Amino acid sequence: MKIVVLVKQVPDSSLERHLSSDDFTVDRASASNVISEIDENAIEAALVLAEETGGEVTVLTVGPDHATESVRKALSMGPDKAVHVVDDAIHGSCAVTTSKILAGALGKQEYDIVLCGAESTDGGTQVMAQMLSQRLGIAALTGARKLTVDGGKITVERQTEDGYQVVSAAAPAIVSVWDSMNTPRYPSLKGIMAAKRKPVETLSLSDLDIDPATVGAGAATSTVVSAEPRPPRGAGQKITDEGSGGSSLAEFLASEKFV
Amino acid sequence: MAEVFVVATGANKLTYEMLTLARGLGEVSAVVLGAPGTAASIADNLAEYGAAKIYAAEDEALDKYLVAPKADALAALVTAKSPAAVLVPSTQEGKEIAGRVAVALDNGVLTDVTGLEADGTATQEIFAGATVVKSKVAKGIPLVTVKPNSVTPEPAPATATIEAVEVSVADSSKLVTVEETVVEPKGDRPDLTEANIVVSGGRGVGSAEQFSVIEEFADLLGAAVGASRAATDSGFYPHKFQVGQTGTTVSPQLYVAAGISGAIQHRAGMQTSKTIVAVNKDEGAPIFEIADYGVVGDLFTVLPQAGEEIRKRRG
Ligand SMILES: Cc1cc2nc3c(=O)[nH]c(=O)nc-3n(C[C@H](O)[C@H](O)[C@H](O)COP(=O)(O)OP(=O)(O)OC[C@H]3O[C@@H](n4cnc5c(N)ncnc54)[C@H](O)[C@@H]3O)c2cc1C
Repeated sequence: MKIVVLVKQVPDSSLERHLSSDDFTVDRASASNVISEIDENAIEAALVLAEETGGEVTVLTVGPDHATESVRKALSMGPDKAVHVVDDAIHGSCAVTTSKILAGALGKQEYDIVLCGAESTDGGTQVMAQMLSQRLGIAALTGARKLTVDGGKITVERQTEDGYQVVSAAAPAIVSVWDSMNTPRYPSLKGIMAAKRKPVETLSLSDLDIDPATVGAGAATSTVVSAEPRPPRGAGQKITDEGSGGSSLAEFLASEKFV
Repeated sequence: MAEVFVVATGANKLTYEMLTLARGLGEVSAVVLGAPGTAASIADNLAEYGAAKIYAAEDEALDKYLVAPKADALAALVTAKSPAAVLVPSTQEGKEIAGRVAVALDNGVLTDVTGLEADGTATQEIFAGATVVKSKVAKGIPLVTVKPNSVTPEPAPATATIEAVEVSVADSSKLVTVEETVVEPKGDRPDLTEANIVVSGGRGVGSAEQFSVIEEFADLLGAAVGASRAATDSGFYPHKFQVGQTGTTVSPQLYVAAGISGAIQHRAGMQTSKTIVAVNKDEGAPIFEIADYGVVGDLFTVLPQAGEEIRKRRG
């Protein structure tokens, strides 16, 4: 089984993140960049699937030069090879155009299943799997917390706000996974060494027959017009429990009319 | 006046919020995407919140196959009626529908919008709520998904007419079959996103059994129960109750965090709560930086004592 995993490099969500002051795009230059956390769950799912089916895993990313670091990190977990779409014209692309570029790159790959995170930790839009499904005419099984492949049938337990759904489709399909699905493995030292020698193919927009004028900030289908930090929330009263902390809490709740 | 579409998923608070928000942009029309009979069953509720027209895009295929048929139906209706804007719920399914419609119509899309002005300028909170941005759809009409608890729903009774819409679903949209839909019982507690009070427990609760301490305190306050990811990952509480970046966003009047350190990803899901109370053994826990009232102490003594005192006060 041929598996492609979509990986996005993002600013570390546990640190402070910013938008660039000039064009309001995500400031990646000043950030500590990592693999979007839920994509690591997708990589883990891909590796498990490859182990079960004797498959091959390709990492696919669209991003600037320094996204190579994330590609190597991904490869060190175990995938076989990678494709990196890199082109200056891509900077500032919105989700709609990013899906066009990803679809173009997927068009050049052989795959039975495409895996990706249900959302990135920076944009958090949850739209990419469906956008790619729409563009490529393949099934989208989204929001998976469980994935099984039986012959040609792919079944997913889809996490929903009030429970779950069991959904199924035949390959080829794109499956987006949540972080509740698995725990990503850590790269082994051997994996890290091996990753250095794994093939990484770089593609430009012209390789994908995409006109640079149709992507990037200039062609974005949505734009940020202003950005402000949220006013910080000040700390209030803090007491230490020395035997009556619970009673004091009850008193506070009563004074605020919650009881 | 221009028509504004609101994708209505049922007689629920988020739908009423969207209907309220849409009134600022034009004549409100609800769009119901579902099996036959869905629109009629909620028409009165939609009219109560100002829907002057209800488009019933109904077909068995809409529930039988995942997302794509609903997106097809909405995209076709948008093309036919040229509304001024389209509001979709910012649920997983809503965002996915909006994403497909955006590609189908080559239209921009904005997700998790918390406000929408008459000119289509949307407010979004990004980076775990740390930055507030104003954004606009630059291509096509404002197509936005609206985050729960962004506005206060206000009734504005209208007389609604239902207009049946013919649905045609492409074969390429029938690729994913929904075999089973399971709604997990939520018991008597209020819905997490709609509750006025939420009491959440974290890793500090220590086990699934001990979560009863959180549940008892929640029940005393008529609150919903939430959990941190450490708690859901450890199996202390079901995943759907997770509050935070990859869980539910809540914005209640009162949020009680017990045994939760207050990691940035947890704060992302609760920091817009009106009042925040934290109970934590560690006086250096980051949750205290945003708590209006913090108790440094053991949750297993503090919460039961507070509960006892509350019962006493109620007499
Ligand atoms: C991409 C990503 C997405 C994430 N999404 C989410 C999310 O949606 N929601 C979320 O919550 N987290 C999320 N996280 C995880 C987050 O970073 C933290 O790991 C998590 O919130 C920690 O949960 P916790 O506070 O319960 O556990 P801990 O950080 O372990 O804190 C436990 C706290 O309990 C206190 N404690 C222990 N015993 C007691 C006691 N008896 N009485 C009182 N206090 C006690 C301790 O002092 C400590 O402060 C995400 C992380 C990433 C990277």
